[in-house]
Amino acid sequence: MNATRREGLPLVYGRLDKTALRKALRQMILIRQFEEGAEQAYMRGLVHGTMHLSIGQEATAVGVGTALQQGDYITSTHRGHGHCIAKGAEPKYMFAEFFGKDTGYCRGRGGSMHIADVASGNLGANGIVGGGIPIAVGAALALKQQRSAQVVVCFFGDGANNEGAFHESLNMAAIWKLPVVFVCENNQYGMSMSAERSTAVKRVSMRAVSYGMPGVTVDGNVFDEVADAAFLAVERARCGGGPSLLECLTYRHRGHSKSDRNRYRTKDEIDAWIARDPIQLFQQDLMAHGLIEQAEVDALGKSVELEIEDALKFAQTSPAPGLDSLTDFVYARRPQEVHGGQ
Amino acid sequence: MVGSDARELSYSQAIQDALAIAMERDERVFLMGEDIGVYGGAFQVTGDLQQRFGEERVMDTPISELAGAGVAVGAALLGRRPVYEFQFSDFATLAMEQIVNQAAKIRFMLGGKASVPLVMRFPCGSGTGAAAQHSQSLEAWFAHVPGLKVVQPSTPHDAKGLLLAAIEDPDPVMFFEHKLLYKMKGPVPEGYYTEPLHEARVRRYGSDVTVVATAIMVHRALEAAEKLAEEGISVEVIDLRSLRPMDDRTLVDSVSKTTRLVCVYEGTKQLGIGAEVSAMIAESAAFDRLDAPIIRLGGADCPLPYNPELERAAVPQVPDIIAAVRASVRGRR
Repeated sequence: MNATRREGLPLVYGRLDKTALRKALRQMILIRQFEEGAEQAYMRGLVHGTMHLSIGQEATAVGVGTALQQGDYITSTHRGHGHCIAKGAEPKYMFAEFFGKDTGYCRGRGGSMHIADVASGNLGANGIVGGGIPIAVGAALALKQQRSAQVVVCFFGDGANNEGAFHESLNMAAIWKLPVVFVCENNQYGMSMSAERSTAVKRVSMRAVSYGMPGVTVDGNVFDEVADAAFLAVERARCGGGPSLLECLTYRHRGHSKSDRNRYRTKDEIDAWIARDPIQLFQQDLMAHGLIEQAEVDALGKSVELEIEDALKFAQTSPAPGLDSLTDFVYARRPQEVHGGQ
Repeated sequence: MVGSDARELSYSQAIQDALAIAMERDERVFLMGEDIGVYGGAFQVTGDLQQRFGEERVMDTPISELAGAGVAVGAALLGRRPVYEFQFSDFATLAMEQIVNQAAKIRFMLGGKASVPLVMRFPCGSGTGAAAQHSQSLEAWFAHVPGLKVVQPSTPHDAKGLLLAAIEDPDPVMFFEHKLLYKMKGPVPEGYYTEPLHEARVRRYGSDVTVVATAIMVHRALEAAEKLAEEGISVEVIDLRSLRPMDDRTLVDSVSKTTRLVCVYEGTKQLGIGAEVSAMIAESAAFDRLDAPIIRLGGADCPLPYNPELERAAVPQVPDIIAAVRASVRGRR
């Protein structure tokens, strides 16, 4: 980490009013508590399969989300709970999805790794590293064809920057000047392989040069740095300026998934990043600028707790999908309905 | 099926006609692919469509099949109707991730809350001397994937009608075009019409043996049937047209009547289309009616060779079909 703290008031504190900044803080707390709730539910056996927690990365999801409007789209990753909430999804339907319930965003068919909420603009998490990158470019192409002023943000991790899909997609977005912002959440590790070992350039943002687009690296644990850079990139895309690549340096406090024994990183390293917790940093900064008081922070935390509690209750008491619905949604209509079947 | 206004078009002209009609009818339809613009496509299927519809609707893509396929997926997710041309079906290997993991599964993974209405066009098949990486018939791979539809028209008429139906379909349709068919001419009605994506067609009625064939093999089967008729063997030829969903009923009805089945397809014989057709028949009521073992004729168990004689030997030809039908009538292989 060598991103240095800038002087003066962050631009985003001028762009957003107090209410919006508090909303951003609340969203970060909501993501944190949502994932802690999901983790506990997993421990209690309520969640089937695996999940990938983004605890420690909340400033990137919310910093970027703040720069987006309703009608904008995102594509997300296997570590996508934060993106989903930052784009406006409701925790109760997310928990319901994790619990495999029919009321979940994907009616219990997708789970954590495929969480999506097309209505709020989230085109989906993705189980394939780099899988969402070409899709984001296609969505941006559709927006351009529709003469829309909306944009697409494409989240991916440092691991994806070595996938062919990343390179092909950035090139295509650039030659067609599409309204898409590529956001690399560099949390330092693709499962166990560090970005330092996996990537031939020092910064993922340096890859932008190859595709004729701006590329910047920011401290992904600092909300305002992420938000300032995201606003610039999103505005550029919205005005027809084409794509950009934004790299946010951050860290996942938890392991890659539930099987991770943390053999590839040290306790000191983890502790150093935990000491730079993005939520703490944002809270302190807002307080330092007189934009929030401790009592209000406490109240936010409390209201999030209640929301999580209700959301968990909703998910637990929701019905599961019926077994007779197994092959629903494979096609728009079941083949049997089309040709009678045998 | 064919109206009085039908005129003769080649298979590739019929596809181009369908693409033009689809773009005229629906502003959401656009074409993507390598060299489909000024060049007119490697097989001249898109021809002058870029001059007629502009660069935004007939888009040349870089040689990036994975992202190209994914861009089609993303555009379709937002309600556009992309038709993506693979220059050769073999190049689908570069894009399988987006086709199999994304296009095929998005509707399901999202609980029915999203659609991927796209068409991917695949020039396929051997017979052009293009050797192992430009001659494959990989359609069975795709037919193994729930969420995809797979069609293989054998005539200009069907190429147009099935393509128009594929473009309108709310699900991803894989559209396989045998390269040897591109120059074949046949009657094609003017204007808009569609053919159902889930129906086989009986191309020739017969009573002794059912031959189920796909793409170019339909024509070889018809030629074989003509010769076999001279020997007094009456062959029913079914053009499968759709591999997924498969029109089980038409096949079962035919085999129940003829009591004999020969499957002819160009893809590798093992675990291919014929395996599915045979197994489906074996599981159906038609099994009890069978008077002879089922025979499959498929591609040889090797990559497609360059040498023209070897290439011909690698896929079923008319004499192979004649021999297989005779064996079936004799009740043994």
